[in-house]
Amino acid sequence: MEPLEIAQKIKERFPEEVKDIREFRGQVSVTVKRERIVEICRWLHDEPELDFDMLKDLCGVDYLGKKPIRFEVVYTLYSMNHHHMIRLKAEVPEEDPEIDSVIEVWRGADWHERECYDMFGIKFRGHPDLRRILLPEDWEGHPLRKDYPEKGPEKEWKGFQDVLDTARRLQEYVWKG
Amino acid sequence: MERVEKPLQTKEITLNMGPQHPSTHGVLRLVLELDGETVVKCTPYVGYLHRGIEKLSEGMTYMQALPLTDRLDYISSMANNVGYCLAVERLFGIEAPERAKFIRTMVCEMTRISSHIIWLGTHALDLGAMTPFLYSFREREWILDLFEKLCGARLTVSYPRIGGVRNDVSQEFLDSLYKFTEEFPRRIEEYETLIDQNRIWLKRTKGIGVISAEEAINWGLTGPTLRGSGVNYDIRKKFPYDAYDRVEFDVPLGKNGDVYDRYRCRMEELRQSTRIIRQCIEKLPEGPIMAPDAPKFTLPPKDRVLADMESLIHHFVLITKGPMAAPEGEIYVATEVPKGELGFYIVSDGTGRPYRMRVRAPSFVHASVLPRLCEGGLVADVIANIGTIDIVLGECDR
Repeated sequence: MEPLEIAQKIKERFPEEVKDIREFRGQVSVTVKRERIVEICRWLHDEPELDFDMLKDLCGVDYLGKKPIRFEVVYTLYSMNHHHMIRLKAEVPEEDPEIDSVIEVWRGADWHERECYDMFGIKFRGHPDLRRILLPEDWEGHPLRKDYPEKGPEKEWKGFQDVLDTARRLQEYVWKG
Repeated sequence: MERVEKPLQTKEITLNMGPQHPSTHGVLRLVLELDGETVVKCTPYVGYLHRGIEKLSEGMTYMQALPLTDRLDYISSMANNVGYCLAVERLFGIEAPERAKFIRTMVCEMTRISSHIIWLGTHALDLGAMTPFLYSFREREWILDLFEKLCGARLTVSYPRIGGVRNDVSQEFLDSLYKFTEEFPRRIEEYETLIDQNRIWLKRTKGIGVISAEEAINWGLTGPTLRGSGVNYDIRKKFPYDAYDRVEFDVPLGKNGDVYDRYRCRMEELRQSTRIIRQCIEKLPEGPIMAPDAPKFTLPPKDRVLADMESLIHHFVLITKGPMAAPEGEIYVATEVPKGELGFYIVSDGTGRPYRMRVRAPSFVHASVLPRLCEGGLVADVIANIGTIDIVLGECDR
């Protein structure tokens, strides 16, 4: 099915939820509200005509100062049988960065959601094991947010000091020849 | 004789494996809860190699971010570069010329061969077969020498450019590559005589780490890891890019979705890649290697900058002002790299730098499926499972 047709179908089924449909270079993004995201995903997955059985990618985007609602969670979906794709974007406001987890629909969402939490601080309700994944568990801040400085935080991560201390302590074992 | 009344005391133990462990192929840490030899729970920890490539690229121009993609999957850097270039080309709406497309296809397949033979060598080494490792690295050296001849670098090549490739291929390079494709099928047979019918190899791979087709799709697996379960999904066929729609090749499929079938898939892919390279050399068209509007994005060659005005202006503008602004929009472009599907999701806000660049790394997704493969199996099979999903932690952690 053509991507625009799919977008129309979503709009027919969930007229209240769909906020925007946009096409760029043959790829269509459908922006939806976050409240019924699991229901929408479940429907996209189960509907035989659409049959989106694969979650290719899930990631967050921070539109600080560019859009009224700051965060977006982007779902790239693909159907093996029908060979079509669609991009779903759920808006997540800054003051309450939470959205329901789609792990029940696609198991593959597990680590993607953890990464999104790690990088953007968006909480996924219903995720069984929402921990930081790429950064240490005691890291402060969420690096891919636009207000996070590119050169790193002001204060050094405290684990880094431990590493330096250990390295200094081990200096005495260095072979001096 | 007196019977021992007291039963044997058993308790679950927790075993920490990695981050420094030869079979984890990098810095992957697994915490295994064991009941005797059975794995009850497996928790992978990743992120030891996190360098913040996604954040770094937000501050760079599209051209500058190219070398970062080398450092994702560092044993198949050429394929990553091509994936990134294709995504940016699609965003800008330009297309590489025919000759560049064939060259890219050719080098991508060379990378596939080199990545798969590293996988074969190390995977077999982990499972106790030492010899394939020595043989496979001999052929890998051959390919790396060819890369060196082509662009001067062996591992982090940065050879493809937005809108084409950096330099043209020489006849000498093509001749020695052709010789490689003549010789390589015999070498594949050599590897197969070593392990294909080996009883220990079969016992350690058949029926281990089984995942059904439906489940594999639900987990988001791609590449040979998915095709081992019999799913015919190859981006080179489904969304042809570069010259893949003009060469003939088959997509090898497995049936049972176990370690052995995935091994067979990759071995057959080696043969298919050789076939593709051969066709690329035979069909290589004459012509330019850069898209006509590429100077707006990519630095012109240095000798031209010193000789003609136009190039000097382009060079100056590119360095001082950055490249021409990309149109506003967002794009997801996927390519088939040796590990699976490498996707670049680029959000452009209409400037010369990516607003957000997301890398959908196959290794990240594949590492997440490890608990599913390991739990309920034996602790010795954890090694087989790590090998079979073919992960590189540089790409997993980004």
